[in-house]
Amino acid sequence: MKTDRLLLAGIGYTALTVLAVFCLFPFILVVSSSLTQESTIIENGYQLFPSAFSTEAYRLLFDYPAQMLKAYGITIGVTAIGTVAGLFLTAMTAYVLARKDFKWRGKFSFFFFFTTLFSGGLVPWYLLIVNYLHLKDTFVVLILPMLLNVFYMIVMKSFMSGIPEAITESAKIDGAGDFLIFRRLILPLSKPALATIGLFIALGYWNDWYNALLFVQKDDLMPLQYYLYRMLGNMDGMRKAMMQSGAVVNMDLPTESLKMAMTIVATGPIMLAYPFIQRYFVRGLTIGSVKG
Amino acid sequence: MNGQGFWGDVRKYRTLLLMLTPAVLFFILFAYVPMAGIVLAFKQFNYDGGIFGSPWNGFDNFRFFFDSGNAWMVTRNTALYNIAFILVNNLLQIFAAILLFEVAGKWFRKITQTVLFLPYFISWVVVGAIAYNLFNYDVGTVNAVLKAVGMEPIDIYNTAAYWPVILVAVAAWKTLGYGTVMYLAAITSIDTEMYEAAEIDGANVFQRIMRITVPNLFPTVIILFLLAVGNIFRGDFGMYYNMVGNNGLLFSSTDVIDTFVFRSLTTSNEIGMSAAAGFYQSVLGFATIMLANYAVRKYDKERALF
Repeated sequence: MKTDRLLLAGIGYTALTVLAVFCLFPFILVVSSSLTQESTIIENGYQLFPSAFSTEAYRLLFDYPAQMLKAYGITIGVTAIGTVAGLFLTAMTAYVLARKDFKWRGKFSFFFFFTTLFSGGLVPWYLLIVNYLHLKDTFVVLILPMLLNVFYMIVMKSFMSGIPEAITESAKIDGAGDFLIFRRLILPLSKPALATIGLFIALGYWNDWYNALLFVQKDDLMPLQYYLYRMLGNMDGMRKAMMQSGAVVNMDLPTESLKMAMTIVATGPIMLAYPFIQRYFVRGLTIGSVKG
Repeated sequence: MNGQGFWGDVRKYRTLLLMLTPAVLFFILFAYVPMAGIVLAFKQFNYDGGIFGSPWNGFDNFRFFFDSGNAWMVTRNTALYNIAFILVNNLLQIFAAILLFEVAGKWFRKITQTVLFLPYFISWVVVGAIAYNLFNYDVGTVNAVLKAVGMEPIDIYNTAAYWPVILVAVAAWKTLGYGTVMYLAAITSIDTEMYEAAEIDGANVFQRIMRITVPNLFPTVIILFLLAVGNIFRGDFGMYYNMVGNNGLLFSSTDVIDTFVFRSLTTSNEIGMSAAAGFYQSVLGFATIMLANYAVRKYDKERALF
């Protein structure tokens, strides 16, 4: 009678363990590679367990951190400003679209939604930003093009639609304006949705390299992920960056382990914040999927 | 004057309209203005004239794109990859979600869920570095293993045939946790009475899964499918670009419309043709969304997007 349950448990534990290993394995590989002696990597390739342990790569990174710190600063700035501004505007727009007494909510909703169905494509968008708005090599270009996202607006709107209308009604009778209602009543009630969407937006900014790839050439403006991208593809660049930071670098820079160490350092904060973040994330996704 | 007609409404909703203004301006500037830029696809672009001052050249950009022999290849690659992603990712995510739901141990469930979600949080640049770690010819783990067991190393970065498998696996790896949680949420919201009734009727766990859980996931599947089908001609640029970059040897199996447009714009500076290719992509995408939505509407009006 209970054999089917036992069988399912067997399949379940086995399959999930396999999938978990599949997800975790590459991370372990990168960590161990970053801790392996360069000569061993050259000789035997990247390994799952470092046979010749070395922290040389990290020592180099932390001894001469100028470039990396600059990139960190850009990314933290972009993420902080972009998330606060984007979240506020997303919530404000979503609130108006969720107001059932607003006559033109359908028309405005379609105005926003249509942009997900059809677009001018990469080229006009690129030329607009570079040739007409002249935003190339500015800090703003790392924030502005990603500021609003229709999908987040829709998720936020469906959350706010669930807040009883009576709250808005009675506040109005008390003489509160629409903006005041939004700021004092709706925002505090929307915390779960704000947390979820805020995390999505922050993750987008933290991991963004595409805007930098298209629009940034100045070294001083490189965000972290783009800096990593450039260093991975260009060991001469890495050597130069190290020298600018004051390192006396000869030709035997441990390039392979250094690449992996940089990868770890660029990913670090997200990985550290992740277990803490995840519980909100799961709750938020539940909201998103229920309201579609 | 006092609250009549259109201007009366504008007065009445002035605060709400003001609150909408930033978003409206944003989308006009970054979405609608570029739509007008589509005329570029029909122009011979030069920097002096800009988008609107450059001379017309009819369908020459499109002819160039289709004659280059790349149009069919990138269209096929984009569509085939996305179809593979839709099938593999969703099946794997549903499978994992059902197992996570059924397997009782709380700790095991928590840890597994966390681990599965991990890849979703890292950037494509980092995924590119991981791929390099695995597949590099000289120091990559795959070749280290092959050499250790006495086999010839393989030159993955120079062999187009390996990449469809690699890219499908990477996409599955990166999205597994996200999709699993979404399906898990859908399963959790299934009425538990149904399971109890099935139990009383003597259904075993596998029958319960196939007859109750799977059918109840259909609405979620349809929504996600609809969204995915609309993007079937759109590639995740970050993935392709960080995995293979501008490696011409691999284009036959890795070049998609997005990477082609990007390259034409930035590397070869063929602005007219890349605008034409981008326009072609937008039209294909629009047509598939409309078709998919129409099909879902016929099946179940409630489930359609619009």
